[in-house]
Amino acid sequence: MTEAAATGTPSAYASIRGGSSALTRTRVRAAWTFIAPTLIVLALVAGWPLARTIWFSLTDADLNNLGDYTFIGFENYLANYDGEWFGLLTDPDWWLSVWNTVWFALVSVSIETVLGTIVALILNAAFPGRGVMRAIILIPWAIPTVVSAKMWNWMLHDQFGVINDMLLRLGLIAAPITWTANPVTALWTVVMVDVWKTTPFMALLILAALQMLPQDIYEAAKVDGVHPVRVFFRVTLPLIKPALLVAVIFRTLDALRVFDLIYVLTANSRDTMSMSVFARQQLVDFQEVGLGSAASTLIFLIIALLVVITMAAGRVRLGGDSR
Amino acid sequence: MADVALRNIRKSFGGAQVIHGVNLEIRDGEFVVFVGPSGCGKSTLLRLIAGLEDITSGDLYIDGDRVNDLAPAKRRIAMVFQSYALYPHMNVYENMAFGLELAKASKAEIDQRVREAARLLQIDELLDRKPKQLSGGQRQRVAIGRAIVRDPKVFLFDEPLSNLDAALRVQTRIEIAKLHSDTRATMIYVTHDQVEAMTLADRIVVLNKGRIEQVGTPLELYHRPANLFVAGFIGSPQMNFIQCEVAGAGPDGVLVRLPHGGTLAVPVQADGLRPGEPVTLGVRPDHVHVREGGILRGRIELVEQLGENHLLYVNADGLRLTSREPGDSRHRTGGEVGLDFSGESCHVFRPSGEALSALTSAAGSTGTARSRIA
Ligand SMILES: Nc1ncnc2c1ncn2[C@@H]1O[C@H](COP(=O)(O)OP(=O)(O)OP(=O)(O)O)[C@@H](O)[C@H]1O
Ligand SMILES: [Mg+2]
Repeated sequence: MTEAAATGTPSAYASIRGGSSALTRTRVRAAWTFIAPTLIVLALVAGWPLARTIWFSLTDADLNNLGDYTFIGFENYLANYDGEWFGLLTDPDWWLSVWNTVWFALVSVSIETVLGTIVALILNAAFPGRGVMRAIILIPWAIPTVVSAKMWNWMLHDQFGVINDMLLRLGLIAAPITWTANPVTALWTVVMVDVWKTTPFMALLILAALQMLPQDIYEAAKVDGVHPVRVFFRVTLPLIKPALLVAVIFRTLDALRVFDLIYVLTANSRDTMSMSVFARQQLVDFQEVGLGSAASTLIFLIIALLVVITMAAGRVRLGGDSR
Repeated sequence: MADVALRNIRKSFGGAQVIHGVNLEIRDGEFVVFVGPSGCGKSTLLRLIAGLEDITSGDLYIDGDRVNDLAPAKRRIAMVFQSYALYPHMNVYENMAFGLELAKASKAEIDQRVREAARLLQIDELLDRKPKQLSGGQRQRVAIGRAIVRDPKVFLFDEPLSNLDAALRVQTRIEIAKLHSDTRATMIYVTHDQVEAMTLADRIVVLNKGRIEQVGTPLELYHRPANLFVAGFIGSPQMNFIQCEVAGAGPDGVLVRLPHGGTLAVPVQADGLRPGEPVTLGVRPDHVHVREGGILRGRIELVEQLGENHLLYVNADGLRLTSREPGDSRHRTGGEVGLDFSGESCHVFRPSGEALSALTSAAGSTGTARSRIA
């Protein structure tokens, strides 16, 4: 609001010099009037559940009887009985799920970024049928995750799946692979399906950034005889970097709370369990609301931490001028 | 440094032809300016020379080599874009050095060339700034600097000054003129601005609808326009045109009958004109003088006082004439004045638009250069 007010109008000037003018006060009031509904809705749908989850994580609540619980402090996280440590922070399954999730996020987002950039560059070139291609490429993204996960589940089925069938016929494998059950392939399979589904989204975001670029500098580079690959790394990439980082952050956030894809593809398998799947298992299967809430709270903290790190590393100011 | 030759150059976008067979020889070290109304193909022609567009048919030679199929980078040209086309994320130094880094130039050599160009253009203080931290004029100079460091055979400018304010335009124009006299490089320059064209050009190329109307020195075009289009395009305010009839033709010139009676002898080659034929008489506002008892009498529709001179817009029974006289005007809008002009200061155009050539070099120019393309 101060930015909007400080646009050089006499009243804004006066407000800087001493006290706020009537106009500035009106503007501030108008601004609050406009954001208030959003703030209220956010508090109701995001703030309240978050606060409740954090509160439950400090109790021994049980899913069977939610009304009856006692405050136990941080014992869900870490507790010491008779010199032995208990709690989430000592649970190897939890740490495995954290590792799985981070690995999944890193690998899938990296692949999606590279592939998405390539697809966007292709779609940005002028060729006949470009409009149709742009629409077609979005199809994987438009399919609900549960549906595409189920579809892949069938395609990857060890006995009836079309993928094993094709690989067998081509002679690339000797025996069917249990893609989603084999600990070696399971997480890679999840990554592959996620890449298939989300690359279009990345490509579209990057394409939007590409189309904002001025065309004349490319002609200048052409006259200067700069090699196209060099133009990409020295001109295009630096210029789309802010948009690219925003896309990467969005996708990373998304990937860190991955649930439906993994749950449908591999259910509660330890090899691929993500943080969200772990939390669900504690909360629903084991009915441990306290422990599940503690896991959810940790997910929240981990994601928040990673976002802060990413933003600091990329030095992007979401919302500010980033060029 | 090189000469540039265009031989019957044509360009079509899809089905639409926008350049219709252009022939032009540009000499080594010459400063050639393309002028013409918006959409006439100036930028397209420049981009064809640069290699940013493919030539549909015809031949383009730079320094004697046919370059039709050569990539822009291999033509040894440098282009300055109207929009500057600076890389927004690079500072001034990097902007100027970027194109050089490939050209087998050593770091020290690049550095030397960039700093030399920066000094020449007085932007050496700005080398660390990003384009958005520069004023329009400074950006334009960086764009020119980027062209200079490449040491091109030919400089191409596409309306480089059109985004600058009037004062900066004059200043940068002088700098470009100086750059030309310093480097003696061949320069091709596109502009809308007549003053730019007249002051910078060794020769001006007037384009209209994808064809060359006339090529000549600025004064040739001004004093000896080859046709109605050039006569109307060059000079501001525009030349006055009067529809007349031939009253007589002989070795001394053409006698024309003015629309409201009276005749005027114009010393131009009659060249087969016959009495009764319609012609267009052209006379520049500077040659139309206020004098009682002159050829015409009319009512003043508007007086424009410009300080060093003034313009009178006069309506003589439906015939509109402009007169420019030095100093302040004592005339008022609505008043009546007599206007006069001499036959020597007039041009005569055939119905086809073609100008009749003068008998004498009355207006002080030497010869005519005509290059009408059929
Ligand atoms: N890429 C293109 N595709 C189709 N038509 C084009 C293209 N570029 C230019 N034209 C057409 O070619 C003609 C000449 O355009 P050009 O840009 O050369 O004009 P110009 O003389 O530079 O005009 P201005 O003074 O307004 O810059 C115009 O009619 C324009 O519509
Ligand atoms: Mg143009």
